Amino acid sequence: MKNTKTAVLVAVIAIVLIGIAYYFLRPAPEDQAEGPVSLTIVSWGGAYTESQNRAYHQPYMEMNPNVEIVNDDGSANALAGLRAQSQAGNVSWDLVDMLPSDAQLACDEGIIMPIDHDEVLAAAPDGTAASEDFLPGSLGECFIPQIVYSTIIAFNTEMFPEDAMPSSIDDFFNVEDFPGRRAIQDRPGVNLEWALYADGVHPDDIYDVLSTPEGQDRAFAKLDTIKDELVFWTEGAQSPQLLADQEVAFSTGYNGRIFDASEVEGQPFEIIWDGQVVEWDGWVVPYGDNVDAVMEYLYWATDTQRLADQAKYISYGPARASSAPLVAEHADLGIDMNEHMPTNPDNYFSPILLDNDFWTDYGDELRERFANWMLQ
Amino acid sequence: MALPSYAGKLERFWYYAFRFLCCLVFFFLIAPILIMVPLSFNAQPYFTFTTEMLTLNPEGFSLRWYEQLFSSSQWMRSIRNSVFIGIFSTLIATTLGTLAALGLSRSEMPYKGLIMGLLISPMIVPLIISAAGMFFFYSSINLAGTFPGVILAHAVLGTPFVVITVTATLVGFDNSLTKAAANLGADPITIFRRVQMPLILPGVISGALFAFITSFDEIVIVLFLAGVEQRTIPREMWSGIREQISPTILAVASLLVAISIALLTTLELLRRRSERLRGLTPG
Amino acid sequence: MQQSASASSSDDHRRDGKLVTADGRPLQASLRSAERRRKIIAFLFVSPLLAFLLISFVIPIGQMMWRSVDNPTIINTLPRTLEAMQEWDGQNIPDEPVFAALAEDLREAQQNRRVGPLAVRLNYEISGARGALSRKARSVATMDAPYREQFLESDRLWQNPRLYQIIQREGRPLTLSYYVAATDRAYDADGNIVRRPEQQRIYMTLFGRTFAMSAAILVLTLLLGFPIAFWMAHLPMRYANLLMIMVLLPFWTSLLVRTTSWIVLLQQQGVINSSLVALGILDSGNRLSLMYNMTGTIIAMTHILLPFMVLPLYSVMKTIPPSYMRAARSLGANNWTAFWRVYVPQTVPGIGAGGVLVFIISIGYYITPALVGGQSGRMISNMIAYHMQNSLNWGLAAALGTMLLVSVLILYWAYNKLVGADIKLG
Repeated sequence: MKNTKTAVLVAVIAIVLIGIAYYFLRPAPEDQAEGPVSLTIVSWGGAYTESQNRAYHQPYMEMNPNVEIVNDDGSANALAGLRAQSQAGNVSWDLVDMLPSDAQLACDEGIIMPIDHDEVLAAAPDGTAASEDFLPGSLGECFIPQIVYSTIIAFNTEMFPEDAMPSSIDDFFNVEDFPGRRAIQDRPGVNLEWALYADGVHPDDIYDVLSTPEGQDRAFAKLDTIKDELVFWTEGAQSPQLLADQEVAFSTGYNGRIFDASEVEGQPFEIIWDGQVVEWDGWVVPYGDNVDAVMEYLYWATDTQRLADQAKYISYGPARASSAPLVAEHADLGIDMNEHMPTNPDNYFSPILLDNDFWTDYGDELRERFANWMLQ
Repeated sequence: MALPSYAGKLERFWYYAFRFLCCLVFFFLIAPILIMVPLSFNAQPYFTFTTEMLTLNPEGFSLRWYEQLFSSSQWMRSIRNSVFIGIFSTLIATTLGTLAALGLSRSEMPYKGLIMGLLISPMIVPLIISAAGMFFFYSSINLAGTFPGVILAHAVLGTPFVVITVTATLVGFDNSLTKAAANLGADPITIFRRVQMPLILPGVISGALFAFITSFDEIVIVLFLAGVEQRTIPREMWSGIREQISPTILAVASLLVAISIALLTTLELLRRRSERLRGLTPG
Repeated sequence: MQQSASASSSDDHRRDGKLVTADGRPLQASLRSAERRRKIIAFLFVSPLLAFLLISFVIPIGQMMWRSVDNPTIINTLPRTLEAMQEWDGQNIPDEPVFAALAEDLREAQQNRRVGPLAVRLNYEISGARGALSRKARSVATMDAPYREQFLESDRLWQNPRLYQIIQREGRPLTLSYYVAATDRAYDADGNIVRRPEQQRIYMTLFGRTFAMSAAILVLTLLLGFPIAFWMAHLPMRYANLLMIMVLLPFWTSLLVRTTSWIVLLQQQGVINSSLVALGILDSGNRLSLMYNMTGTIIAMTHILLPFMVLPLYSVMKTIPPSYMRAARSLGANNWTAFWRVYVPQTVPGIGAGGVLVFIISIGYYITPALVGGQSGRMISNMIAYHMQNSLNWGLAAALGTMLLVSVLILYWAYNKLVGADIKLG
């Protein structure tokens, strides 16, 4: 009997000690009113997050020592993440970098904050209101654009003979003449557009065709022709990695990341500008715990100079008209960034403009179909 | 299984073929784990042995990935988090698990099979299901994305190991020892301290080690339950692998291999000590 | 120890022919109460852990399983609509009163911020419903009667009679629809459950693939594990212990470390491919695709699960007396017959235990297939994670999870029948 008591006593003491030790050893809580504010900023990871770090986060933290910015590479699943956090009632993200079509859906569902742009954002240096200064059509109800980027197809030059390099979207779909595995993102956006483009649809008509069930079947049928060669990536940093490892010959990817890999790291990558899909990317604000601190950060991080600064680190165009003249050279390499911008006339010969309204309306349906198609 | 001297040629052949096959299997078991250690000293950011490395040229080797690891605040935080979460979940699991094992090994324990099955279930239920269930439940009581949430979840996963190892040491536990001690005039605390503790201690410690390594390795629960603040080493490795495998991951992996060798050695020594104490095998 | 239980059986303790204790209580009752007290004490030892597991493990899983049938959204958000739809013929688009009720329900839902969950719920049944419903809910505040035409014009969703069938069918507190979807079935226009067309049968295919891959891994671990367990069981203790450490090392090494090392080995520029090219066996252009497919998953998982096969095999083989084989041989059996007919049958408990263990673990595996599996190497766990984190169809995730859990529990029950609950570690 006494043994029992001893054992129980030891257990109770142990649990009390664990509690006390936990209290003293736990990592400092970071959301105290007076103490430092920790902002969880969700972005795309890799070279892109790095450009935001250098252009926005680090200077901001130097100016505001009480703010700590924590990066979370969750943008590839931003919409799902926001929905999950809001459905579970546990919002841990403070600011999210996401695509405008997803932002519109999140906005419709009421899980991110509507933005009064002239109220929240800084005016241009010459006094032009924010809503006038951001490029036409870029602002959304809940969305604050940062950059214009393009999704392109890139290839590893070491995997093709010098006299037979691919140069068009058609070549990407041509397995006979350009053998090798191809990596595409594991979502329908951009892939279906290219499938139709390669199947002979004019860039201007792509979304009309894609709105019809026959058009969708046609796009999937075209993708079926290369399906045996496909590898799927999820996060933006994977596509340069797959190319660098020669795991694939071609990969779709974001032009800034391919720029970073080829110019900064010296990888033998080449971009196919034919059929580049041009789109905005920017911030949304979930209903988190640090909204005031986030708004303060946003006002500064989206001003004219800051947007131009980001272009020093990655080849994406700033979303403000007033930033464009300030875009100069790469911060480390000293090369002219304008040549590498998607909107440079040499690159902008057959662009497909991503239709966000289309993806807002058809996104769920096509994502589901695409997910099933991948599994078959 | 020595080869008898009268073995024929064919037998001899089979004997060596069999040994060779076994060695291949052991190679398959061990080589993939050890291959990362030299690669983590690669001076180049590649995952293959460069010619410099193969010729043992010192220029092919460097500590840069280790330097990068120890200078990265993200990695250092994940190491801190892993240790912190590991220690506390182990303490909880060990306390509750040992107590339960003491009860379970009493002969009068009712519904023993059923209760044992229940206590072991965290080991059996696929992690993805545990993680999904805990995600919903812990979110609803505001424990998702907090340290206590992750610690409790890991404690759940660790308890079966403690229950199993401590129960195993108690199976060989000879109750006459306590009675003898009592007859010789020892008071209960002395009995517990001098007789029971030394006997179950190896079981408790190895259970605790299992619980710790379970928490230390765990990734699925962390993926679902932890926020950015609670990222552990496996969580950092996961995002590292998903994005770009920089050799920093190999440096982390090599360190983890070293830790597992240390833990394994401790465990083996404990096992031998326990068996000697219980008189199961001659030391 | 209980003093009261130590009653003697001498004659002065007999009363009415029954044994009694020194203080005069019947011995049987006294023993029984002592027994009960000891039972309670034993149970008290276990109860803290039991309570802990119940709260932080069993209830969460139960709650998750409940989600696979729980269906509160439509009935709570659209009560008026459901009421008005009782008159509906079930085939054509309903009349004005239903739309008036719908507008009223949506107005209230918009105020209470309940449109989101409703839109999500309907979207599980009709993709594209989420956007259309959210947009309608925002504009409904400014709408006036008659509503029917305004609804029909705003989006093709409202012109689809299936929408109303779904609202009616799913307007109940419990639903089967997640299980219908999880078994690759669907409701047809008349409300019958029918199998989906061949190319849309994802989940059952995936369950099948998961089981097939687990079976392949089971066979591979057995083929690799049997010889080394046999060898270790017949070596002197000292060497066997040394080899045992080599089996246990992978067991103790972080799962992510082992998966990383397989990535390093298997990728196109990895150690295996590079060595084959360097040795001239392979042309650099024809490197093997060992990763991001089923091959990669099976290789890596075989490695990861091999110790789970070796350990039970070894502990069974240790108990088989070598004299049996010798006896068989001396009775005239050749080596092979002696081994196959005498030795192997005695290892069956070990094969069973190891096999079930490997199989149970592999059908629930998530991490390795997610990292090296690509598309063709995916397993059912990855699909559950996909519905948990990406499509956010938590009901479907719960239904698939429940199906997986039930299969695992059945296997575990079989395992218990085979070897008892005695799981050994190391």
